[in-house]
Amino acid sequence: MSAAPGADVEVHLGDLGFGRGAHLLVQRALAGLPPGGRLAVSGRDPALPVHLPAWCRVRGHRVEWPDLGDRSELVAVVVRGTADDDRWFGAERAGPALPSALSSRPPARWGLGARGALLEAGGPEARFDLDDRDLVWADVAPHLYAQAAARQWDPQTAVPWDDPFALPADVEAAVVQVMTYLVENEQAALVVPARFVGRIHPHFREVVQLLAVQMADEARHMEVFSRRALLRGAELGTSSAGGRQSLFTLVAESDFALASFLLSVLGEGSFVDLLSFLHQNAPDPVTRQVCWLAMQDERRHVVFGMAHLEHQAQLDPLLRDRLRAAIHRRHDALVDTAGLNADVFDALVVLAAGGWHPDDVSAGFDRVQALQHAMDQGRQRRLVRLGFRPDEAAALSALHTRNFM
Amino acid sequence: MSTPTVLMGAVAYDPKVVTIWEGFRAWLRGRGLDFDFVLYSHYERQVEDLVAGRIDAAWNSPLAWLRAERLAAANGTAVRALTMRDTDQDLTSIVVVRADSPARQVADLAGMVVAVGAVDSPQATLIPLGHLAAAGVEVDVRRFDVGVGLHGDHIGGERDAARALVAGEVDAACMIDANHLAFVKEGTLPPEGTRIIAQTARYDHCNMTVREPESAGVQLFGTLLLGMSYADPQVRPLLDLEGLTAWKDGRTSGYDLLARAVDATGFFSPDGRVTATDYRP
Repeated sequence: MSAAPGADVEVHLGDLGFGRGAHLLVQRALAGLPPGGRLAVSGRDPALPVHLPAWCRVRGHRVEWPDLGDRSELVAVVVRGTADDDRWFGAERAGPALPSALSSRPPARWGLGARGALLEAGGPEARFDLDDRDLVWADVAPHLYAQAAARQWDPQTAVPWDDPFALPADVEAAVVQVMTYLVENEQAALVVPARFVGRIHPHFREVVQLLAVQMADEARHMEVFSRRALLRGAELGTSSAGGRQSLFTLVAESDFALASFLLSVLGEGSFVDLLSFLHQNAPDPVTRQVCWLAMQDERRHVVFGMAHLEHQAQLDPLLRDRLRAAIHRRHDALVDTAGLNADVFDALVVLAAGGWHPDDVSAGFDRVQALQHAMDQGRQRRLVRLGFRPDEAAALSALHTRNFM
Repeated sequence: MSTPTVLMGAVAYDPKVVTIWEGFRAWLRGRGLDFDFVLYSHYERQVEDLVAGRIDAAWNSPLAWLRAERLAAANGTAVRALTMRDTDQDLTSIVVVRADSPARQVADLAGMVVAVGAVDSPQATLIPLGHLAAAGVEVDVRRFDVGVGLHGDHIGGERDAARALVAGEVDAACMIDANHLAFVKEGTLPPEGTRIIAQTARYDHCNMTVREPESAGVQLFGTLLLGMSYADPQVRPLLDLEGLTAWKDGRTSGYDLLARAVDATGFFSPDGRVTATDYRP
């Protein structure tokens, strides 16, 4: 059918009315016309002569009422206005869709727009103060996110909660004490990234996604450690003032680089060793499995922390001064505190001893000392990778909190 | 030369009025017009203040325009429609029945109960009732007085009329064309549950009313409003809120239907006094 007289194109709506989406067909037909272009609209919905002009009016299109002649289903001719085009005047893409050529400092006006989306001009200037690519980004982030998302485990099914085991009361108490300590540390490990996620410019969304999964990891860790603590009893263990003070200094760090350094590189790095130790010395299958699962996640957290700090350290030679100062600052803040909860230390020895013969206790003590040595060695290795000299790395590692995290 | 000034009145029918005119105020002041606004709780005092010279411009409903015109004429002055929204032109009102109504044409409404909006709503009361009266159809009117004094700017009365229709409390309901579509989309009216039985002729809605002769400030105000572009990201959200894509030159050719309804019902006297007995803004 040819277009109606005086129209460039025609759309026939059949029985479809504006109450059921007829505007989509009209809009689609208008999109192919320049401003001033004319669209003949036909249709059989009785309300069409009322709804079509009402719809056009608010969108800045003009309606003309031609002589219907014998075209009984022709309703009107719509003359395309400019508002649709005007809305997109000055629109810009919010950078590339893929994280290949990220902006070094994405503008605040991109705000919460999806990276790569066509952004209508105007709108709020969102305040995401962590907007420096070198500070936030690591090329490994998309890969780590994908890996993290793929390795999410279900606390209900990933742990053999119903496997039968029975522990002597004092060994069970040691497990409960260690679990209590782990829960409070994981709590801090959740809060630290949570404080930064809302400050990171959404342009670096893979980093935000990765930290979000990291928080989900910590949430699961808190769940499984609590659940193991309460598997055989109704009470948790103790929490020392010094331990909480140590965690508080971690949570209080407001600089993203320094917080990830203290949390991921030093704290979670040490935690990987601790969880490995617990996996090896666990007296029951549930403890063994929850520690193993958490360890896999924590390794990933350390990899990301290292990756973006290594990248930053290459670009900013002053970074190491700030990292060094952060360690000293935290050490000074904690120098008068007890550090690790003595109950936790003792519980680790009990678990590593596996019995109450003096030789067992002695061997357990040695194993915990070996753990602390392994933690120290690990911290030194990571500090060296960040560009510290080995002797300085050793000195700095020694200043790390005795609370491990 | 001092900066041209304009003090405009607007009726606070919704909190968004503050957002809109605060935004326009900043935009206009950035372009050399010392613009400010005052808010009124109803149109009658705004119109009286305009004619008395206490404000320079009034963002008026069509009913307020008619009263301003009459009040000005009565005291030997004149007002003019400076600008209006593109969406103020060529509106229609409709009378709607339920799809299963026995009424097939407007004459069938005789003796039936017809729901309308507030007493002072041009689009949901005065104009459609005028249409029915002109067709010689006498109906039993059931009014939904929400936001009296706001001249129908508050959608509540119209929506209540539509709800009464769906509930079977009335036989027909009056509303502006765009609100029929809006009520269908929001679910107040079922999509195929109503039938349009009558549609009025086209009429115009609000305008920016000013006194003649216009001051330099008012002239600049008109020029600046007409220059607002939908492509300007600063004003586009405000234009969206105010419901227009462009300001047009004001015209007064679209108020005859309402003027006839006002005269027929005795809403205002020819000299602009409020004479509707049951109108208490």
